[in-house]
Amino acid sequence: MTGAPLLEAGGVGKRFGGFVALESIDITVAAGERLGLIGPNGSGKSTLVNCLSGTLHHDSGSIVFDGRPIDGVPAYQRTRLGIARSFQLPKPFRSLSLIDNLRIPLLYTVNARHGAHLAGPAIQERCRGLLADVGLADKAYHLPRDLTQVEMRKLELARAVASAPRLLFADEAMAGLSPSEVEEILAVLFRLNDAGITIVLIEHIMRAVMSFSTRLVVLVAGQKIADGSPQEAIRNPEVERAYLGE
Amino acid sequence: MGAARFWIVSFVVSLAFLVLTRWGISNEYYFFAAYQVLQFIVLATAWNILGGYTGYTNFGTGAFFAVGAYTAVVLHKTTALPIPVMMLAGGVISGIVGFGMGYLTLRLKGVFFAIATLALAIVAQTLIVNWDYVGGSRGIYVIRPQYAPISGSYIQYLYSLMLALTWISVAIARTIERSTLGLGFNAIRDDEQAAEAAGVPTLRLKLISTTLSGALMGMSGAPLPYYVTYLDPASSFNLSYAVNSVAMPLIGGMTSWIGPVIGAVLLGTIQQLATVTISSALNLLIVGVLLIVFVVIAPNGIVGLVQSRRRARRR
Repeated sequence: MTGAPLLEAGGVGKRFGGFVALESIDITVAAGERLGLIGPNGSGKSTLVNCLSGTLHHDSGSIVFDGRPIDGVPAYQRTRLGIARSFQLPKPFRSLSLIDNLRIPLLYTVNARHGAHLAGPAIQERCRGLLADVGLADKAYHLPRDLTQVEMRKLELARAVASAPRLLFADEAMAGLSPSEVEEILAVLFRLNDAGITIVLIEHIMRAVMSFSTRLVVLVAGQKIADGSPQEAIRNPEVERAYLGE
Repeated sequence: MGAARFWIVSFVVSLAFLVLTRWGISNEYYFFAAYQVLQFIVLATAWNILGGYTGYTNFGTGAFFAVGAYTAVVLHKTTALPIPVMMLAGGVISGIVGFGMGYLTLRLKGVFFAIATLALAIVAQTLIVNWDYVGGSRGIYVIRPQYAPISGSYIQYLYSLMLALTWISVAIARTIERSTLGLGFNAIRDDEQAAEAAGVPTLRLKLISTTLSGALMGMSGAPLPYYVTYLDPASSFNLSYAVNSVAMPLIGGMTSWIGPVIGAVLLGTIQQLATVTISSALNLLIVGVLLIVFVVIAPNGIVGLVQSRRRARRR
């Protein structure tokens, strides 16, 4: 790892009323990294992703992306800066065809950046390319309701990638999928990482996390209890206790 | 068809319609009735920009409409501006009201937003009722100028203005529908969090939507004092405007510009016929019954019905 990290969060805290969802989390993500973020249900993984991507606003701490503080920057601007995310429960634009689902991030993100304006035909081509990358090319004009669960996950990833991000949060992109479907999604994620996108994978399926991540961060009850290579992290006694009980 | 071509084609169609009706029809009543139908096309189209494209249900149509009408009353008492200028002024004032409403309420979602718009209508009506300068609850008589500024009767003049506004509203709606702005509106309607994550500045777009929708409603209200010559809060804020502007897009279809037009022509005409042949008291009953029928058999309106037929045939 050389140079400053792509994302650096220090002391990020978030509470919902009296419930402390995140307690002073420090986390850094280096450019090009594949970071796994794990933890039991309710440990604050999704809340952390929501705070980092701007869906929620954190109460304390600071977040720096690419050398620029982004505290208080609304979600749509973070997407324009290069932070994309997929949602744990797929949230497609239900009334729009697949190709229009991808057109929206292209029009509102890529075209909102300086010197990147794409004209109509170029956008069309890019959308088709993105759909082809995830194997949905032949359903370009279908509505999301025609898709299977795994296809829905792929659409969710394709839409996040359409904004040409530098950092992608994949929030449980494989939940509820069969082993072979998990492999399909993993292959997509590896390809994206090879193309230069830094990926933070939030996942419960340990086999997938272990094979994908170069580093692992473990959250339990809103606190970070481990951060290191995947092998080290899962041997950490605190992590064992959190997952397996006393 | 590109946006520019649609503006030209729809202009030619509107102009041809104007010439044909002005030449072919001599009975004043038809212009009186057609004005109402056109006014509903504008209201339904304006409502659909916020309600159909952006997914926010507005029950305050009557308020925006009446604000436009009362703007014209104030201008009528203070200046001698031509009606088209009053329509612009009504549009500006209602647009500002729309912006304010959007700013105050758009953190509310779904049914809460709808309730807030209903409250807005009541607040606005209360203000007008207590404002003596524009007649208060007694209402106000507006004396029409003796001659229309163009040839023909005064009602024909108002009809021509409303036809022009109809053209503009429909062309604006059609342009938005096919634009980046329209896709952004649709994204907000489908899922606001996902829209934001896709780079859509949701708050800004919602404000554009409420402002534009309110402005068009206000523009359609501005000629009302000259049309009825007696304006009072009870009739200008009437709930029937809100009910109709929701029902018409719903029955016609909310995803496309043509939906509100079909709905308004259909419901507006039926209501005119009922008024003449039976009684105007039947109007809301007719709307209610048709609404129930459509919600059950064609929840996506007439346009939705045609689209699903077409899709089924293609498969």
